[in-house]
Amino acid sequence: MRNYEKTGILSIKDFQVPSEKQLEKGVAILECVQEIPCNPCVDSCPVHAISMQNINAPPVNDFDKCIGCAKCVGICPGLAIFVVKVKGNTAWVTLPYEFIPVPQVGAIVKALDRTGAVRGNALVKKVVKQGKTMVITIEIPSNLAMEIRNIKV
Amino acid sequence: MRIQTHPIIDFKKRKKLPFYYQKKRIFGEQGDTIASALHAAGIKTLTTSLKYESPRGFFCGIGKCSSCLMRVNGVPNVRTCIAPLKEGIIVEMQDKLAALPDAKFNGVPKKTLTIDILVVGAGPAGLCAALESASQGASVLLVDENQCVGGQLIKQTHKFFGSKQERAGTRGIDIAKELENDVRSLQREGKIMIMTESTVIGYYESEKKHRFGVVERCEYRSTLYDVRCDAVILACGAMENMLLFPGNDLPGVYGAGAVQTLMNVYGVKPGKRVLMVGAGNVGLIVSYQLLQAGIDVDRVVEAAPVIGGYNVHAAKLQRCGVPILVSHSIKEVCGKNNVEGAVVVALDHQWKPISDSEEYIKCDTICLAVGLTPSTRLLSQIGVQLEYIPEAGGYVALHDRTMQTSVKGVYVAGDASGIEEASTAMIEGKIAGLAAAIQLGRSKNKKLLTQYHKELTQLRAGPFGEKPRIAKEKIAQEKEKHHAKL
Repeated sequence: MRNYEKTGILSIKDFQVPSEKQLEKGVAILECVQEIPCNPCVDSCPVHAISMQNINAPPVNDFDKCIGCAKCVGICPGLAIFVVKVKGNTAWVTLPYEFIPVPQVGAIVKALDRTGAVRGNALVKKVVKQGKTMVITIEIPSNLAMEIRNIKV
Repeated sequence: MRIQTHPIIDFKKRKKLPFYYQKKRIFGEQGDTIASALHAAGIKTLTTSLKYESPRGFFCGIGKCSSCLMRVNGVPNVRTCIAPLKEGIIVEMQDKLAALPDAKFNGVPKKTLTIDILVVGAGPAGLCAALESASQGASVLLVDENQCVGGQLIKQTHKFFGSKQERAGTRGIDIAKELENDVRSLQREGKIMIMTESTVIGYYESEKKHRFGVVERCEYRSTLYDVRCDAVILACGAMENMLLFPGNDLPGVYGAGAVQTLMNVYGVKPGKRVLMVGAGNVGLIVSYQLLQAGIDVDRVVEAAPVIGGYNVHAAKLQRCGVPILVSHSIKEVCGKNNVEGAVVVALDHQWKPISDSEEYIKCDTICLAVGLTPSTRLLSQIGVQLEYIPEAGGYVALHDRTMQTSVKGVYVAGDASGIEEASTAMIEGKIAGLAAAIQLGRSKNKKLLTQYHKELTQLRAGPFGEKPRIAKEKIAQEKEKHHAKL
C-alpha cells in the first residue's frame, strides 16, 4: 500500500517531476496519480502535451512540449494541476483556488504545503478567473517550489 | 446562519417570508423549505423520538428519513425538509404520533393521465431517461418529490470527472441547469410533462398498461392522478446510511448529503465546526464544500485503513490543513439537546477500538458519509425480482443490460439500480430511456444503445469502478438464474 492511500498527501516520488531545465521554462505538474475516469486536462491542452492511454489511465505530461499556459490548472476537476517555474532563487507556482476572499495582485498571502502547514509568505503575481475557479500565480523562494500547493489569504 | 458570500454559488437576495413556528412569528426566505428556514433561524429540533423524549432533527434532508415530520397548517406528518415554505403558514411540533386530521382529503377529484413512459425521479438518471425517451418520440411524464428538478445534482458545486460526453469539468449545479433547460424545452413542445412536488404512491391493478397513483401536492393540498403507461423508469435514487453510536439521533447529526443540501441549495450553515465520518468521495467532497461555505472541519475519520475516495479530493482537504485519519471512527456524540462534541477512537486491524485511544472533539455538527442504500420500495411493491448485492449497496432490482427488470416494461436507472455516481447514472438513464422507447416501437436506434454501453464500460474500467462493475456482474448473473428458473 502506498502512503498517500492512508494520508491523502502525495510525495515527490509519487508523480512525474520535470528536470531543472524544464522547470526553468515553467511546466504543468500533474499531481493525479490514480486511475480515475477523467480526461478534461487532455482536451484542454492547446499543444497536446498531456496524454492518456485511456480515460482511466493517469495523465502524462510531455514536459518538452508543455508551454506552462495553465489552461489545465483551471479545468482539472480534481484541482490537482500546478504550473511551476523556477529561475535562480525564485519560483512561481500557479495553482487553482476556490475560496473567498480572492487575493489581489501584489498581496502578500500565506504559502501552505501539501499538509496545510504554513511555510512562509508568498507574493501574488497574477489572478485569472477560469469559470468559478481562480488560477493564481504566486512568487516564493525556489527551495519551496515543489512543496507549496495552497495559499491562505 | 445564512451564508453571505460563496466562491462558487451566487446566492441571490430573496424575498423574506414570515411564518409561524410554535405560535412565534419568524422569517424564512422564498425558495426555502420549512426545515431550511427553521435551521436559518437556529431551530434544529423538529420532532421528538416516538419512544423517548429525545429531540430529533432531520438526517437525510431529501424526504426519505421521516425525522423532520411536523404539523403544517393543521396537517400532520409533513416532511418539512422537502415541503416548500409559504408565507403565513403555521408550523408546529406534533405530539409523537399525530392524530388524523378532519380536513377533507377526498374533496379534490381524481385525474387520469395516459402516457407512453413514466419516469420516477428527476435526478441525473431520471432527467437523462426522460430526455432520451421523449427525443425518440415517446410521450413522457416525469415525476419528482422536490420543488425543483435536478435531484442531488443541484448541490454538487464541484466539477465533474468523466469525459466530454458526461460534461466533465462542468459543475454538477451547472449540469442540473443544462438538463433542466433541455427538459423544459421538450416540455414546451409538449413532449414531456413534468410534475414536481409529486409522489408516486403505489402500483395498482390494471389489465393492460402499468398503472400508478401519483399525488401532487400544491399549497399542502393533494390531487390524486391515475397514471397509465406502457413503460416506467424508476430512477428514485438512494438514501444515506446511518451509523450506530450513542447520540446518533441528536439534532446536529446529519447525513453528509443533507448538510450539502442545506448549505449549497438553501445557503444555510449547518453549524460552526464539523466532524466528518467517512473518507469516501462523498465525505471528502462535502468536507471541502463545508470549508468553501466558511465552516470549519475538525477532521475526517475513516474506519477503513485506506482513504476510499479519490486522492485528488483527499489532497485538496489536506492542503487546507484538514487531517484525514484512517482506522479511526466515531464512538459517541456528546450533548443534551444539541451536538456539543464527539469522541473519536482509533481502530486496530480488526476494526476493534483500541483502548485509551479516545479523543474528545469539540464540534456542533456531525456528518455521516458512510454509504448509501438504493431506494427500492416502489420496485418491491411492483413485484420485480430484488436481490441483496452488497457491492450495489443493498437490495437492488435485478436488471438486464437495457436496465429492464424482471417485469416487462419496468426499468431502473441510477443509484436505485446500485450505488454509483452521477456520470454513470446519466448514461444508465439514457440507456433505460432509449431501451424503453425501442420496446414501445418509438425508436429503432440500437446503434446508439451500443454507444451508451461502450461509454458506461469505459467509465467503469478503472480500479474505482471495480465495485459497481462487480455489482452489475452479480446483478446480471442473478437475473440469468432467475430467468432460467422461469
